[in-house]
Amino acid sequence: MEVDAPGREHRYGRAVFLGTVAAGLSSLFWGRSAWSRVSGELGSVEAYVPLVPLGGWRIYTVSGSMPHFDPATWRLAVGGQVEEPTSFTYAQLRKLPRVEQVSTFHCVTGWTVKHVRWGGVRVADVLERSRPLPDAGALEFVSMEQPYVDYLTTDQAALKDVMLAYEMDGKPLPREHGAPLRLIIPEMYGYKNVKWLAGINLVPSEQLGYWEQLGYDQDAWVGHSNGYGSTPSLPASNSTRGVFTR
Amino acid sequence: MSGLYVTRFSRTERTLHWVNAAGFFVLLGSGLVLYLPSLAIAIGRRPLIKDIHFWAGIGWIAALVLVVLLGDRRGLLRTARELDRFDRDDRLWLTGGGRAPQGRFNAGQKLNASLNAAFAILFLASGLLLWLGERDTRFRFASTVVLHDGLMYVSLILLVGHLYLALIHPATRHALRGMTVGAVDAEWAHAHHRKWTPPE
Repeated sequence: MEVDAPGREHRYGRAVFLGTVAAGLSSLFWGRSAWSRVSGELGSVEAYVPLVPLGGWRIYTVSGSMPHFDPATWRLAVGGQVEEPTSFTYAQLRKLPRVEQVSTFHCVTGWTVKHVRWGGVRVADVLERSRPLPDAGALEFVSMEQPYVDYLTTDQAALKDVMLAYEMDGKPLPREHGAPLRLIIPEMYGYKNVKWLAGINLVPSEQLGYWEQLGYDQDAWVGHSNGYGSTPSLPASNSTRGVFTR
Repeated sequence: MSGLYVTRFSRTERTLHWVNAAGFFVLLGSGLVLYLPSLAIAIGRRPLIKDIHFWAGIGWIAALVLVVLLGDRRGLLRTARELDRFDRDDRLWLTGGGRAPQGRFNAGQKLNASLNAAFAILFLASGLLLWLGERDTRFRFASTVVLHDGLMYVSLILLVGHLYLALIHPATRHALRGMTVGAVDAEWAHAHHRKWTPPE
């Protein structure tokens, strides 16, 4: 009777408190893999009941309002170090050779959306008419959302699954995902995948983009930048120039 | 009901509860605008909402600390001790469907208090890591958003249960009076918290 007499008290309150704090803090090291395992198991349920909003996407913007796409006035301007600055209407862009790919989208804050089906055009096909000059070493991607801008070296922009997407999962790119056109570079974190594109400028070398000015890495390789992993595993040089020139 | 009222919660306890609740609702509202794409699209102004969420979080914790420091600390310490300790009746209450006699807090309320205290610390820690990680990659963990969002989901479940018991469930909703004006009906207190001896 001594063991569990009515008066005997256990300090479960602090145990629950301390245990919860410890489990929560340690989850910083295992939470993501545990969640991806759980959501993998629940994949079949997810088709009927969305467990997280919008299939895992989050919508990040840096300005007060989201850019609005007007097909009548929107243009994609291609300029900078090119022989002939040009611009595309939405209809003209849709007439360029269409490519499709399925790739995974990684956000630097830790969330990931797998198997996104993008439809659009290759960067090279957009640049072709403008004929980039040989000393252009980087591309500046200008967003309608000011002051958002980011850069890729010409080498990075020539990676085989880099594209300018105007479709997502079989539908025109939704406004919150950057309508009408966004950059897709699956090897790099989302902040490089500039939304609401308005222009591409060829420049001598990379400058600091919006987030890079706030301390993010210039080369945003997934798993190898911004404090994750170690050194870049992919070629991050801008030594070879003129990838897009002929 | 006897018409005779006994004091269940002191002014410090009630202030702590309502400061916590107010902060939680501001954070939940602003957090959902940041989290749910449909709200993010409808409302926009993300930089402003981010600032509101961040400063509401800081304000929430600071206000809780202030209430503790300026309030009846000795009373709160006694309350913490009550919440900490589980006797055999508490274990019976948890395992036997809530039938064993209880003190001022029943075992479910004790667990809820411990979880809420732990969640406040975890919300603060993960929120600060999100804020710092945006400024310095040394503070960046791939799982910070999972923790912060997970806490939100579990908190929502606890909140829905709490609101049901406090506002709707006929047997328990009288307790709301204790948290608003401080006093509850003596008969109700005797029925639900038999081992509690209210202060004279």
